[in-house]
Amino acid sequence: MIRLIEDLHIQFVCRIMVPLIQFFALYVIAHGHYSPGGGFQGGCILGASFILMMIAYDIEYVKKRFPEKFNTFMVAFGVFLYAAIGALCLILGAEYLNYGILHKILPADPVKVRALGTLGIEIGVGITVSAVMLSIFLNLSTFGKHEKSEV
Amino acid sequence: MKVLALIIVILTGSLLIYSSLDMPDWGDPNSPASTHVSPRYIEKTIEETATPNAVTSVLADYRGYDTLGETVVIFTAAVVCILLLRRFEDDKTH
Amino acid sequence: MIWIVDILLLTIVVICAIGAIYVKDLLSSAILLGAYSFLMCLLWTEMGAVDVAFTEAAVGAGISTAFFIGAIYQTTRRTKD
Repeated sequence: MIRLIEDLHIQFVCRIMVPLIQFFALYVIAHGHYSPGGGFQGGCILGASFILMMIAYDIEYVKKRFPEKFNTFMVAFGVFLYAAIGALCLILGAEYLNYGILHKILPADPVKVRALGTLGIEIGVGITVSAVMLSIFLNLSTFGKHEKSEV
Repeated sequence: MKVLALIIVILTGSLLIYSSLDMPDWGDPNSPASTHVSPRYIEKTIEETATPNAVTSVLADYRGYDTLGETVVIFTAAVVCILLLRRFEDDKTH
Repeated sequence: MIWIVDILLLTIVVICAIGAIYVKDLLSSAILLGAYSFLMCLLWTEMGAVDVAFTEAAVGAGISTAFFIGAIYQTTRRTKD
Protein backbone atom coordinates (compact mmCIF):
# COMPACT_ATOMS: atom_id res chain seq x y z
CA MET A 1 0.00 0.00 0.00
CA ILE A 2 2.51 2.55 1.16
CA ARG A 3 5.40 3.20 -1.18
CA LEU A 4 7.31 6.25 -2.18
CA ILE A 5 5.37 8.31 -4.70
CA GLU A 6 7.27 11.40 -5.72
CA ASP A 7 4.45 13.90 -5.42
CA LEU A 8 5.80 17.33 -4.67
CA HIS A 9 2.50 18.83 -3.52
CA ILE A 10 1.76 16.20 -0.90
CA GLN A 11 5.31 16.20 0.45
CA PHE A 12 5.45 19.99 0.62
CA VAL A 13 2.13 20.29 2.45
CA CYS A 14 3.15 17.46 4.80
CA ARG A 15 6.46 19.16 5.49
CA ILE A 16 4.58 22.29 6.61
CA MET A 17 1.75 20.55 8.44
CA VAL A 18 3.64 17.97 10.53
CA PRO A 19 5.51 20.42 12.84
CA LEU A 20 2.31 22.39 13.45
CA ILE A 21 0.39 19.21 14.30
CA GLN A 22 3.15 18.09 16.66
CA PHE A 23 3.29 21.49 18.39
CA PHE A 24 -0.48 21.36 18.84
CA ALA A 25 -0.24 17.82 20.25
CA LEU A 26 2.40 18.86 22.79
CA TYR A 27 0.26 21.87 23.70
CA VAL A 28 -2.75 19.61 24.27
CA ILE A 29 -0.73 17.26 26.49
CA ALA A 30 0.90 20.01 28.54
CA HIS A 31 -2.18 22.24 28.79
CA GLY A 32 -4.61 19.56 29.90
CA HIS A 33 -4.99 21.17 33.31
CA TYR A 34 -6.50 24.37 31.98
CA SER A 35 -8.35 23.44 28.83
CA PRO A 36 -9.94 20.33 27.34
CA GLY A 37 -7.37 17.75 26.44
CA GLY A 38 -4.90 15.52 28.14
CA GLY A 39 -2.58 12.65 27.50
CA PHE A 40 -4.93 10.50 25.46
CA GLN A 41 -6.07 13.17 23.02
CA GLY A 42 -2.61 14.69 22.64
CA GLY A 43 -1.05 11.28 22.12
CA CYS A 44 -3.62 10.52 19.43
CA ILE A 45 -2.80 13.75 17.59
CA LEU A 46 0.94 13.05 17.89
CA GLY A 47 0.43 9.54 16.49
CA ALA A 48 -1.68 10.98 13.67
CA SER A 49 1.21 13.25 12.67
CA PHE A 50 3.49 10.20 12.37
CA ILE A 51 0.83 8.44 10.29
CA LEU A 52 0.61 11.50 8.00
CA MET A 53 4.39 11.37 7.60
CA MET A 54 4.15 7.66 6.76
CA ILE A 55 1.48 8.26 4.11
CA ALA A 56 3.09 11.28 2.46
CA TYR A 57 6.58 9.77 2.34
CA ASP A 58 7.06 6.03 2.79
CA ILE A 59 7.51 3.56 5.61
CA GLU A 60 11.29 3.62 5.61
CA TYR A 61 11.23 7.39 6.13
CA VAL A 62 9.39 6.92 9.42
CA LYS A 63 11.14 3.70 10.41
CA LYS A 64 14.49 5.46 10.08
CA ARG A 65 13.36 7.98 12.70
CA PHE A 66 11.40 5.58 14.88
CA PRO A 67 12.96 2.11 14.63
CA GLU A 68 10.65 -0.71 15.53
CA LYS A 69 12.51 -1.69 18.69
CA PHE A 70 12.52 1.93 19.93
CA ASN A 71 8.81 2.28 19.19
CA THR A 72 7.91 -0.92 21.01
CA PHE A 73 10.07 0.20 23.91
CA MET A 74 8.14 3.48 24.02
CA VAL A 75 4.83 1.57 24.13
CA ALA A 76 5.93 -0.03 27.37
CA PHE A 77 7.80 3.00 28.70
CA GLY A 78 4.67 5.18 29.02
CA VAL A 79 2.87 2.58 31.12
CA PHE A 80 6.05 2.15 33.16
CA LEU A 81 6.26 5.92 33.77
CA TYR A 82 2.67 5.97 34.98
CA ALA A 83 3.12 2.98 37.29
CA ALA A 84 6.52 4.25 38.50
CA ILE A 85 5.05 7.57 39.64
CA GLY A 86 2.43 5.58 41.56
CA ALA A 87 5.08 3.34 43.08
CA LEU A 88 7.19 6.38 44.01
CA CYS A 89 4.27 7.64 46.10
CA LEU A 90 4.08 4.19 47.67
CA ILE A 91 7.79 4.26 48.53
CA LEU A 92 7.58 7.75 50.04
CA GLY A 93 4.90 6.57 52.44
CA ALA A 94 1.50 7.42 50.97
CA GLU A 95 -1.11 5.43 49.04
CA TYR A 96 -0.57 4.30 45.45
CA LEU A 97 -0.98 7.28 43.05
CA ASN A 98 -1.44 9.77 45.92
CA TYR A 99 0.72 12.52 44.42
CA GLY A 100 0.56 14.81 47.44
CA ILE A 101 3.44 12.99 49.09
CA LEU A 102 5.80 13.96 46.24
CA HIS A 103 6.45 17.31 47.97
CA LYS A 104 9.19 15.53 49.88
CA ILE A 105 11.34 15.36 46.74
CA LEU A 106 9.93 18.19 44.59
CA PRO A 107 10.28 21.86 45.53
CA ALA A 108 6.57 22.75 45.74
CA ASP A 109 3.77 22.71 48.28
CA PRO A 110 1.54 19.60 48.50
CA VAL A 111 -1.28 21.15 46.45
CA LYS A 112 0.90 22.31 43.55
CA VAL A 113 2.72 19.01 43.53
CA ARG A 114 -0.52 17.19 42.78
CA ALA A 115 -0.76 19.15 39.53
CA LEU A 116 2.82 18.15 38.74
CA GLY A 117 2.03 14.49 39.39
CA THR A 118 -0.98 14.78 37.09
CA LEU A 119 1.27 16.27 34.39
CA GLY A 120 3.71 13.36 34.82
CA ILE A 121 1.11 10.71 34.24
CA GLU A 122 -0.36 12.66 31.30
CA ILE A 123 3.08 12.57 29.68
CA GLY A 124 3.23 8.81 30.28
CA VAL A 125 -0.18 8.27 28.71
CA GLY A 126 0.77 10.49 25.76
CA ILE A 127 3.98 8.53 25.06
CA THR A 128 2.12 5.22 25.19
CA VAL A 129 -0.80 6.31 23.01
CA SER A 130 1.32 7.90 20.28
CA ALA A 131 3.63 4.87 20.07
CA VAL A 132 0.64 2.49 20.06
CA MET A 133 -1.06 4.35 17.21
CA LEU A 134 2.11 4.24 15.11
CA SER A 135 2.65 0.54 15.86
CA ILE A 136 -0.95 -0.49 15.09
CA PHE A 137 -1.05 1.46 11.83
CA LEU A 138 2.30 0.07 10.73
CA ASN A 139 1.23 -3.52 11.37
CA LEU A 140 -2.30 -3.08 10.06
CA SER A 141 -1.54 -1.36 6.78
CA THR A 142 1.31 -3.67 5.73
CA PHE A 143 -0.12 -6.87 7.23
CA GLY A 144 2.95 -7.18 9.44
CA LYS A 145 5.42 -7.42 6.54
CA HIS A 146 7.03 -4.02 6.70
CA GLU A 147 10.61 -5.21 6.46
CA LYS A 148 10.41 -5.46 2.69
CA SER A 149 9.98 -2.02 1.21
CA GLU A 150 7.85 -3.14 -1.75
CA VAL A 151 4.72 -4.08 0.20
CA MET B 1 -33.89 -13.83 7.77
CA LYS B 2 -33.70 -10.11 7.06
CA VAL B 3 -37.23 -9.62 8.41
CA LEU B 4 -36.26 -11.40 11.62
CA ALA B 5 -33.22 -9.14 12.00
CA LEU B 6 -35.37 -6.05 11.42
CA ILE B 7 -37.87 -7.19 14.05
CA ILE B 8 -35.08 -7.80 16.58
CA VAL B 9 -33.55 -4.39 15.88
CA ILE B 10 -36.90 -2.61 16.24
CA LEU B 11 -37.67 -4.49 19.48
CA THR B 12 -34.28 -3.66 20.97
CA GLY B 13 -34.53 -0.02 19.92
CA SER B 14 -37.97 0.42 21.38
CA LEU B 15 -36.82 -1.25 24.60
CA LEU B 16 -33.89 1.16 24.85
CA ILE B 17 -36.09 4.19 24.17
CA TYR B 18 -38.62 2.94 26.74
CA SER B 19 -35.91 2.52 29.38
CA SER B 20 -34.48 5.97 28.63
CA LEU B 21 -37.80 7.51 29.64
CA ASP B 22 -37.01 6.70 33.29
CA MET B 23 -33.68 8.51 33.20
CA PRO B 24 -33.46 12.01 34.72
CA ASP B 25 -33.65 15.03 32.44
CA TRP B 26 -30.49 16.38 30.87
CA GLY B 27 -28.81 18.82 33.27
CA ASP B 28 -31.22 18.08 36.11
CA PRO B 29 -29.61 19.37 39.34
CA ASN B 30 -31.67 16.97 41.48
CA SER B 31 -30.63 13.81 39.66
CA PRO B 32 -28.66 11.24 41.70
CA ALA B 33 -25.53 11.73 39.61
CA SER B 34 -25.27 15.45 40.38
CA THR B 35 -26.20 15.33 44.07
CA HIS B 36 -23.86 12.64 45.36
CA VAL B 37 -20.15 13.28 44.66
CA SER B 38 -20.16 15.80 41.81
CA PRO B 39 -20.64 18.91 44.01
CA ARG B 40 -17.80 17.84 46.27
CA TYR B 41 -15.40 17.44 43.34
CA ILE B 42 -16.51 20.72 41.76
CA GLU B 43 -16.10 22.66 45.01
CA LYS B 44 -12.81 21.17 46.21
CA THR B 45 -10.89 20.58 42.99
CA ILE B 46 -8.99 23.91 43.00
CA GLU B 47 -7.93 23.85 46.63
CA GLU B 48 -7.04 20.16 46.66
CA THR B 49 -5.32 19.62 43.31
CA ALA B 50 -4.62 23.11 41.85
CA THR B 51 -6.14 21.97 38.56
CA PRO B 52 -8.81 24.28 37.11
CA ASN B 53 -10.16 21.65 34.71
CA ALA B 54 -12.29 19.40 36.91
CA VAL B 55 -12.43 16.67 34.27
CA THR B 56 -8.66 16.28 34.26
CA SER B 57 -8.45 16.32 38.04
CA VAL B 58 -11.09 13.58 38.35
CA LEU B 59 -9.59 11.56 35.51
CA ALA B 60 -5.95 11.70 36.55
CA ASP B 61 -6.04 12.44 40.26
CA TYR B 62 -9.16 11.30 42.09
CA ARG B 63 -9.67 8.32 39.78
CA GLY B 64 -6.07 7.76 38.77
CA TYR B 65 -6.30 4.02 39.12
CA ASP B 66 -8.98 3.85 36.39
CA THR B 67 -6.76 5.79 34.01
CA LEU B 68 -3.92 3.37 34.74
CA GLY B 69 -6.21 0.52 33.71
CA GLU B 70 -7.19 2.39 30.55
CA THR B 71 -3.53 2.88 29.63
CA VAL B 72 -2.85 -0.82 30.21
CA VAL B 73 -5.77 -1.61 27.87
CA ILE B 74 -4.19 0.45 25.07
CA PHE B 75 -0.80 -1.17 25.76
CA THR B 76 -2.46 -4.60 25.50
CA ALA B 77 -4.03 -3.60 22.17
CA ALA B 78 -0.61 -2.81 20.72
CA VAL B 79 0.93 -6.02 22.09
CA VAL B 80 -1.88 -8.15 20.66
CA CYS B 81 -1.66 -6.36 17.30
CA ILE B 82 2.07 -7.09 17.11
CA LEU B 83 1.60 -10.71 18.19
CA LEU B 84 -1.19 -11.41 15.69
CA LEU B 85 -0.04 -9.47 12.64
CA ARG B 86 3.74 -9.18 12.70
CA ARG B 87 5.59 -11.53 10.32
CA PHE B 88 9.35 -11.55 10.17
CA GLU B 89 11.50 -12.12 7.10
CA ASP B 90 13.07 -15.39 8.21
CA ASP B 91 9.76 -16.94 9.25
CA LYS B 92 9.41 -20.13 7.16
CA THR B 93 5.96 -21.15 8.42
CA HIS B 94 4.04 -18.74 6.15
CA MET C 1 -33.58 27.56 20.14
CA ILE C 2 -30.79 25.08 20.76
CA TRP C 3 -33.16 22.12 20.30
CA ILE C 4 -33.45 22.87 16.58
CA VAL C 5 -29.69 22.34 16.27
CA ASP C 6 -30.10 19.15 18.31
CA ILE C 7 -32.79 17.72 16.03
CA LEU C 8 -30.86 18.71 12.91
CA LEU C 9 -27.62 17.10 14.15
CA LEU C 10 -29.38 13.93 15.29
CA THR C 11 -31.09 13.60 11.90
CA ILE C 12 -27.80 13.91 10.01
CA VAL C 13 -26.18 11.43 12.45
CA VAL C 14 -28.88 8.85 11.68
CA ILE C 15 -28.56 9.48 7.94
CA CYS C 16 -24.77 9.02 8.14
CA ALA C 17 -25.12 5.80 10.13
CA ILE C 18 -27.64 4.28 7.70
CA GLY C 19 -25.58 5.41 4.72
CA ALA C 20 -22.44 3.81 6.14
CA ILE C 21 -24.23 0.46 6.20
CA TYR C 22 -25.91 0.72 2.81
CA VAL C 23 -23.07 2.04 0.68
CA LYS C 24 -21.23 -0.61 -1.39
CA ASP C 25 -17.81 1.01 -1.38
CA LEU C 26 -15.92 0.31 1.84
CA LEU C 27 -13.79 3.46 1.49
CA SER C 28 -16.92 5.62 1.30
CA SER C 29 -18.22 3.73 4.32
CA ALA C 30 -15.11 4.63 6.31
CA ILE C 31 -15.40 8.30 5.32
CA LEU C 32 -19.08 8.28 6.30
CA LEU C 33 -18.13 6.89 9.70
CA GLY C 34 -15.66 9.76 10.06
CA ALA C 35 -18.44 12.24 9.26
CA TYR C 36 -20.63 10.45 11.82
CA SER C 37 -17.90 10.91 14.43
CA PHE C 38 -17.57 14.61 13.69
CA LEU C 39 -21.31 15.12 14.03
CA MET C 40 -21.27 13.22 17.33
CA CYS C 41 -18.43 15.53 18.38
CA LEU C 42 -20.63 18.55 17.62
CA LEU C 43 -23.41 16.96 19.68
CA TRP C 44 -21.10 16.45 22.67
CA THR C 45 -19.91 20.05 22.40
CA GLU C 46 -23.48 21.29 22.31
CA MET C 47 -24.22 19.29 25.49
CA GLY C 48 -21.22 20.86 27.25
CA ALA C 49 -19.00 17.77 27.40
CA VAL C 50 -15.98 19.37 25.76
CA ASP C 51 -13.46 16.74 26.84
CA VAL C 52 -15.55 13.94 25.39
CA ALA C 53 -15.94 15.95 22.19
CA PHE C 54 -12.17 16.37 21.93
CA THR C 55 -11.65 12.64 22.40
CA GLU C 56 -14.29 11.87 19.79
CA ALA C 57 -12.68 14.24 17.29
CA ALA C 58 -9.16 12.89 17.89
CA VAL C 59 -9.94 9.18 18.11
CA GLY C 60 -13.23 8.62 16.30
CA ALA C 61 -12.75 10.96 13.39
CA GLY C 62 -8.98 11.02 13.09
CA ILE C 63 -7.24 7.83 14.08
CA SER C 64 -9.96 5.25 13.48
CA THR C 65 -10.61 6.53 9.94
CA ALA C 66 -6.90 6.11 9.22
CA PHE C 67 -7.01 2.58 10.66
CA PHE C 68 -10.07 1.72 8.58
CA ILE C 69 -8.41 2.93 5.40
CA GLY C 70 -5.25 1.01 6.27
CA ALA C 71 -7.31 -2.15 6.81
CA ILE C 72 -9.36 -1.67 3.63
CA TYR C 73 -6.19 -1.69 1.51
CA GLN C 74 -5.53 -5.23 2.76
CA THR C 75 -8.90 -6.51 1.57
CA THR C 76 -11.26 -5.92 -1.33
CA ARG C 77 -12.74 -2.49 -1.63
CA ARG C 78 -16.28 -3.50 -2.58
CA THR C 79 -18.62 -5.56 -0.43
CA LYS C 80 -20.50 -8.58 -1.73
CA ASP C 81 -23.88 -7.96 -0.10
